[in-house]
Amino acid sequence: MRDVYKSFGTKHVLKGFSLEVREGDTLSIIGGSGQGKSVTLKHMMGLIKPDSGEISVDGQLISSLTQEELYVARRNLGYVFQFAALFDSMSIADNVAMGLRRIDDMSEAAIQDRVRECLALVDLEGYGDRAPSDLSGGQRKRAGLARAIATEPKYLLYDEPTSGLDPVTTSVIDDLMIRMRERLGVTGVVITHDMVSAYRISDRIAMLYDGTVRFEGTPDEVRATEDPVVKGFIEGRPELLEMAK
Amino acid sequence: MLETALGPVQAIGRGTLAAVDSVGRAGYLAAGAMRAFKRVGMWAPHLGTQMFRIGVASVPIALFIATFTGIVLALQASYTFTGAIPLYFVGTLVGKTMILELGPVLTGLSLSGRVGANIAAEIGTMRVTEQIDALEALAYDPIAYLIIPRVLAGLIMIPAVVALSNAVGIAAGWGTSLVLLDMSSPEFFKGLTLFFDPWDVQFAAIKSASFGLVMTAVGCFFGFTTTGGAEGVGFSTTRAVVISSMIILVLDAFWAATLL
Repeated sequence: MRDVYKSFGTKHVLKGFSLEVREGDTLSIIGGSGQGKSVTLKHMMGLIKPDSGEISVDGQLISSLTQEELYVARRNLGYVFQFAALFDSMSIADNVAMGLRRIDDMSEAAIQDRVRECLALVDLEGYGDRAPSDLSGGQRKRAGLARAIATEPKYLLYDEPTSGLDPVTTSVIDDLMIRMRERLGVTGVVITHDMVSAYRISDRIAMLYDGTVRFEGTPDEVRATEDPVVKGFIEGRPELLEMAK
Repeated sequence: MLETALGPVQAIGRGTLAAVDSVGRAGYLAAGAMRAFKRVGMWAPHLGTQMFRIGVASVPIALFIATFTGIVLALQASYTFTGAIPLYFVGTLVGKTMILELGPVLTGLSLSGRVGANIAAEIGTMRVTEQIDALEALAYDPIAYLIIPRVLAGLIMIPAVVALSNAVGIAAGWGTSLVLLDMSSPEFFKGLTLFFDPWDVQFAAIKSASFGLVMTAVGCFFGFTTTGGAEGVGFSTTRAVVISSMIILVLDAFWAATLL
């Protein structure tokens, strides 16, 4: 993303936001509520268009693609929504199959095989016939992840994948994200508030503050920084944030 | 003091901006629908389901309304005509009023509650729970997937439901005439066919198709543009019913003025 600006009415969310995600890395974007983290992720997916600036994936300018071109480009991108966003009128298996049904030459048998494979990968074997409402919060997030990886995307975008989960389930989701990178070679961008999770899964961490990237570095560099805004956030010390203002 | 004086002006300004914004969004959605219509493979598989949900599932309530409308029309006609006008005109009034006005309008208004509210709530919930974003992320055009089949189903099925309602309403009026008004069947049918014009049926079909379009399109629009959580869904649902009912009544007058 290069020099991206985005406003909603009088609210300026992104003010010259620039960020590069390296191939094969998992990059976590941290930052306070309402700073525009989800908006950033939706820009990467082409769900929101920037007021100005560029978003490119594999050299393709996402922000200037036509709708048809965007649909093709999205086959390389998987999106794990904050609250899973499972289609509640469908079974879990049908949810996972949704993206696969957009692939023209894929037979129904191949779709069903891939659905089983993806559910197994997120430890949800045997849950295919259930409705989303029958699943717990953690299971729903895993089902959302299974849906996102079904089409074997090169990039996975996770919007607060562990928010609202207990520590054990958070750890399970973290392991899954690490597994996605190690087994499938997926490049990941993770929006999170959870610093324990961010340190564990990330190759790099970027902090979004006041519409721009305030800091970017490895987990060790983040831990060592003296930037009061970053320090205030990761240590949960509002007085440092106040001082920085 | 100045703030108090400017209050109404500000309210009018905000209202005007909101109205212009809504018109802009509706235009944007309509343009999207034109493009989405070409993606037949995305909407066609869902058309049958929507035709059932919007049309077939609405038949019981539509027929219930039509039955009692037919009964009341026959009774009120007889009450009005007593002594002055031959009673077989009951058939004329029941037929004309059901086909031209009450069949389409009462069905349209009641179904704008049932169908329009249902669509707005369903799509609105999908919007606030990011299911519409999820569709986009999975390379589905949400307009083709959600809106086109619902609007087409309304356009096709509401005229069919209205035609059935008209038939049942007239039958109810006929039954009432026989049982309660001491009329004979030949008398009722003499009145029914006296001023019958096949154009009336076409008029009812055009009118009810436009009502079907309005109730589904308005429901889709408010659902699609829902913001906020449960409160936003409730707001969209209410607005969908109110606005589609108002448009239906305006269209009712428009068709009467232009086609009759």
